[in-house]
Amino acid sequence: MDILIPILAAAVRSGTPILYATLGEILTEKSGVLNLGLEGIMLMGAFTGFAVSMYTGNPWIAIAASFLVGMIITSIHGFLCITMGANQVVSGLALTMAGTGASSLLGRNFIGETITGLGKMHLPFLSEIPFIGPILFDHDPLVYISYFLVLFMCFFLSFTKSGLSLRAVGDSPRSADSVGISVVRTRYFYTLIGGGIVAIGGAYMSVAYTKMWGDLMTAGRGWIAVALVIFAIWHPMRAAFGAYLFGGVEAFQLRLQAAGTTIPTPLLMMLPYILTITVLLVISIREGKGLIFEAPSSLGQPFYREERE
Amino acid sequence: MSRNILSPLVRMEGITKTFAGFVANSQIDFDVKNGEVHSLLGENGAGKTTLMNILSGLYIQDEGNIWIHDELREFRSPRDAILSGIGMVHQHFMLVPSMTVWENMVLGLKDLPSILPKKEIIGQMESLSSRYGLHVEPEARIWQLSIGEQQRVSILKVLFRKAELLILDEPTAVLTPQEADNLFKTVHQMKAEGHGIVFISHKLNEVTALSDRVTILRKGKRIGTVNTSDTTQENLAEMMVGKRVSFNITKRPQKPGKISMEIRDLSVNNDRGLPAVRDLCLQLREGEILGIAGIAGNGQQELCEAMVGLRKVEAGEMYINQIRIQKADPKSMISQGVRYIPADRKGTGLVPNMNVQENSILKNYWQKPVSRGITIDWNVVYKLASSIVRKFNVDTPSLSTPVRNLSGGNLQKLMLGRELSDEPPVIIAVHPTWGLDVAATGFVRDTILNERDKGASILLVSEDLDELVAMSDRLAVMHKGRFMGITDEPETLSREALGLMMAGIAHEDILQRDEGKGS
Repeated sequence: MDILIPILAAAVRSGTPILYATLGEILTEKSGVLNLGLEGIMLMGAFTGFAVSMYTGNPWIAIAASFLVGMIITSIHGFLCITMGANQVVSGLALTMAGTGASSLLGRNFIGETITGLGKMHLPFLSEIPFIGPILFDHDPLVYISYFLVLFMCFFLSFTKSGLSLRAVGDSPRSADSVGISVVRTRYFYTLIGGGIVAIGGAYMSVAYTKMWGDLMTAGRGWIAVALVIFAIWHPMRAAFGAYLFGGVEAFQLRLQAAGTTIPTPLLMMLPYILTITVLLVISIREGKGLIFEAPSSLGQPFYREERE
Repeated sequence: MSRNILSPLVRMEGITKTFAGFVANSQIDFDVKNGEVHSLLGENGAGKTTLMNILSGLYIQDEGNIWIHDELREFRSPRDAILSGIGMVHQHFMLVPSMTVWENMVLGLKDLPSILPKKEIIGQMESLSSRYGLHVEPEARIWQLSIGEQQRVSILKVLFRKAELLILDEPTAVLTPQEADNLFKTVHQMKAEGHGIVFISHKLNEVTALSDRVTILRKGKRIGTVNTSDTTQENLAEMMVGKRVSFNITKRPQKPGKISMEIRDLSVNNDRGLPAVRDLCLQLREGEILGIAGIAGNGQQELCEAMVGLRKVEAGEMYINQIRIQKADPKSMISQGVRYIPADRKGTGLVPNMNVQENSILKNYWQKPVSRGITIDWNVVYKLASSIVRKFNVDTPSLSTPVRNLSGGNLQKLMLGRELSDEPPVIIAVHPTWGLDVAATGFVRDTILNERDKGASILLVSEDLDELVAMSDRLAVMHKGRFMGITDEPETLSREALGLMMAGIAHEDILQRDEGKGS
């Protein structure tokens, strides 16, 4: 028990960046837009968060700035894919490469610097609950916000008017258009919001998790998030499960390394990636299709109203 | 309806719409009054749906004006049209398949609370359902519903939005005759309550039975508007087609031969993995056409795909010339002489971006003489393609024209040419005349009958019951993956019996019921 609690608590912390990225991408994809630029957006979010944090000393301004930068970068993707009808895969890959390069370039002078970053916030009562308390409620505020986001997104997609419109735009843009929902406006809105949330995932890495800047510090977490969206069948709850699974294996292998195991380090570092994908793959094959949360049928396809069938 | 009843509900004047050089509507005038059913009659491609898509805000006209109760309106999006009280039930329903009925009901409505009041919505929906006789389960998901039920949802959805004008685009195309009768009752109810209704159709008997006035379109132009009481079906037909054309299908007497293809207890799944064809048996004899009637989506497509090797056989056996087929993949079925005319010409049938020559060798590019080892003998291909184009009257600028530029009729002729030029023993044809003009339809029918006379075994799936009855030597009706009955004398089968079988009542039961009535 005493060994388990710190590992599980670490799982939540190291899963949080991936969780944000996955939730952001779920929103984007629900509208029918595929954004493969997550890795680039996360890195830019991480860099922005670190830099703003260092200059202002206020982690909240840093996170808001990351969110904004995420939206700005994603707006390029939105313009290309929604307005111009460009190939979404190509545009997304370009975004990843551009974001990766830009963050490396801009971040050169920040390597080795430190910030205070975002500290822990004990939640009264909740953190006192045995076992659950120290695992779930002994973290920084961004972790709590991510819990809220998961629950809110489930509710939003299932029970609200706007959630209904969002699902309709992703699943059947022609039907949505015929009842007066603006497909273009809806897609822009959720693509940009999604991009902002992805960037917060990156900012979490630098501002809350490591409190430092490292070149390419997201280390492929953006890509894991892209895969998680699919294996989570676009369901926020399952996204959380996948993200914490990744975080758990990550925390576990770090401890193994620290304990001085004979297993080669590169192999250990591969572990979270391999295990997360394998477990979710098995689950998604077994359960087959969900209903509300299944793949949006129009994912990756541009929409033109006057296109003749 | 509180507004001025004397002014027409909708008036469209001088509507013109072009798509990339193709004139879909040219200077069309059209109006509907409250409490009136106004039909739009015309062949496929006459411009009926385009005109109504403009009225419902989906397309924006190049020229012309729309007045609602004498008020000039500009529709820039479907929302504008909905707010003016116009609702359209599209031929391909505008429903989100993964959502429930009640969710589709309120989709896009602005004047609802942010958190959807499910109970109230379902209550309102059910009061509309009972008023218009449109019963459907509110919690069901659209993909689980039959086509008839989906249509009811679509009509309810429009009524839920308080539409004053309802546009029904080819509403009976997907219904059994009995379902169509129910729809007509609903239309009468809506008319009695003062709604205006536009009924789009190319079926003369429905148009005359249902409407007060008829506007006839031909090739994007308005030919005329007449009161239904002042005209006859023959008259309407002439206005619709232009010149008087009779397509009497002349069928030579059959010389039934031996069984060339046989299917025993075949089961096939659909794309969702659910059973589409269930324990089906059929035999195709030489020199006959076996017609298959049924409402779309009852397993016809899956049956045909299984027979040509495109879909996995879950259970059962297939035989060609009494020899069991071990491996049913497209290539082996092709080499056994099974040819396929798919419904989806530009998807399954032909490759739109490839040219006429390339498309004409899709099924034998690996065989001599087209293939010379690893290369293709383009001289042979040229000769082959030009003979297809000549024999089947394919109207193409050249052999190197991409087939996406050909019209539907020419696509179909090219495909017939490719599939039929080597006198194949078995032909599977799905909706072979769908969407074709009268001349091309006649050509396709003649070609298929010709193959029959030459001894081919033909399986014909069509939604055109007249065509099926006239062309088939034997006719089967398919419902939920099974044959409801199979008859050697299609001409003797009544419309009513066909309709009941399409709705899932077995042929024997219908015969028994009729006997009961007689005694």
